[in-house]
Order: sequence, then structure tokens, then C-alpha cells
Amino acid sequence: MKLFELVESLSLDVKTPGADLTREVTGGYVSDLLSDVIGHAPEGAVWVTLQAHLNIVAVASLKGLAGIILANNRVPEEGTLKKASEMNVPVMTSGLPAFELVGRLYALGLRCR
Amino acid sequence: MTGNSDGVFFLTGKDFANAGSASSNLKGILEKRGIPAEIIRRASIAAFEAEMNVIIYAVAGMMHYTITPETIKVVLQDMGPGIPDIGLAMQEGYSTAPDYIREMGFGSGMGLPNIKRNADKLTINSVVGEGTTVEFVISLERSGR
Ligand SMILES: Nc1ncnc2c1ncn2[C@@H]1O[C@H](COP(=O)(O)OP(=O)(O)O)[C@@H](O)[C@H]1O
Ligand SMILES: [Mg+2]
Repeated sequence: MKLFELVESLSLDVKTPGADLTREVTGGYVSDLLSDVIGHAPEGAVWVTLQAHLNIVAVASLKGLAGIILANNRVPEEGTLKKASEMNVPVMTSGLPAFELVGRLYALGLRCR
Repeated sequence: MTGNSDGVFFLTGKDFANAGSASSNLKGILEKRGIPAEIIRRASIAAFEAEMNVIIYAVAGMMHYTITPETIKVVLQDMGPGIPDIGLAMQEGYSTAPDYIREMGFGSGMGLPNIKRNADKLTINSVVGEGTTVEFVISLERSGR
């Protein structure tokens, strides 16, 4: 599934204008612990988190993640969006709580592998 | 690209704005050399964890890498508080990170174990009150793992 399809079906708010939404999303991961994401998130996954600070961008970039979704209307910090644009990491937000968001991603066929 | 290459990145304690960029740069260098993705994945995990430890715990430090046809060697040397009990620090879940670091999602005590799991060799030397040197090696030869 392409990232833009995901954005559409979950009505995500894309916070990084110009980000590459044609990227293929091949899985999902949810965690607020950065060592957990660094150690275990599969490449190509979309990452659901409540962390909004700029170090999430380095983590996503290093792991080759397809994008980051901030749950529960978390507002990305200003530095986060600047870094995300520089490093071409799509950052999106959703009003849904993480549980709900992950459930819908799962229903769309995404898995953690 | 063949032959040897090496370089160094400088790290500043608490500089969260640039945290992770040494590891990102190293990843780019490994990709340019055409190193297999699975090895780059392991090297990136280990480098990021070691880099973050310097940013979080030390005053300043550097990441030095040496790539040969056989191995990737990364040495992180810092000026900082040092580690009083390395055995304890290696335990999964052990962390002395302050609350504000934990709130950022760091400080889960998985960093050093993550490095150990992903590197073929890990050596830690530390002097309390002076600093810490973390060295890890990843083998590029098939027999490595
Ligand atoms: N470079 C360092 N300088 C001083 N102490 C360190 C350093 N790296 C690790 N430590 C100590 O080892 C502990 C465990 O490190 P780590 O496994 O990376 O987990 P975490 O960083 O999540 O606490 C840290 O909480 C800290 O006390
Ligand atoms: Mg750590």
C-alpha cells in the first residue's frame, strides 16, 4: 500500500509538505521507546508514536521507515518538522488514540514483519 | 568501492538537535561502499545507540570509523562521567537516565544490549570521572555470523 492511500483512508493530517507519499508502506510498528524502534521496527513500516521531538526523525531515517504517525493529536515540535523535511521523512498526525490507529492500520492489512 | 576508509564525527553532549547525524552519515558511507543491507542495518543500530549514549551521558566525544574489506570498526570515545559498573550497565533495562530523557523515549536500558546483539564484538573501557570508550566491530566476511 502506498503512503498516500493510507493518508486518505485514515484521514491523516500530513505535516511535511512535499514529503514523498508515493512510498510503499510494507508494515507497521508502534512504540514510544526509541531503542525499541531502532532495534525492532521493520524497514518500510509506518511508525505510530506519541513522541513529537526531533529525534524521532533520525530514528525513522536510519531505519528506512515509510513515515511517522503521531497519535492522539500530538503536535510535532517545530524542529521535528524542519528536520523531517530535510531528511525527507513524512510526518503525519491523527486525532485517533494509538490503539484505535493501530487497529485500523491492521485492518488495512499492515503487519509487523 | 574497495580498500580502507576511515573518518571521524564529533559529538556534543545534550546536542539533541544533531543527535543521530553521525550514525546517519556512517550509514550513507556504508551504502556507498555497497555493503549488504543486513550488515548496514546492524551497524546503524549499534552506531545510533552508542552515539546517543555520548549525547545523553557525556560532555563531548567522537565517533571514529574504519572500514576495511573485512570489517567495520566503530570507536566512540567520550569525556564524561564514565561507567562505574559495566556489567550492570550491560543488563537489559538498567538505566541511570534522568526523567526528562525517559520522557523522550530514551533511557529504556536497551542501548548497550542492542549494540551487543548487533555487533560481532563489543569492548567497553571506562574510567569514572574521565570518560568511556565503546568499540564495536562488525565482520563483513560471510563467516562473521
Ligand atoms: N557513554 C557513556 N557514559 C556514561 N555512562 C554511560 C555511557 N553509556 C552508557 N552509560 C551508562 O550505562 C547505562 C545503560 O546504557 P544503555 O544500555 O544505553 O541504556 P540507556 O541509555 O537507555 O540508559 C546508562 O543508563 C548509563 O548509566
Ligand atoms: Mg543508551
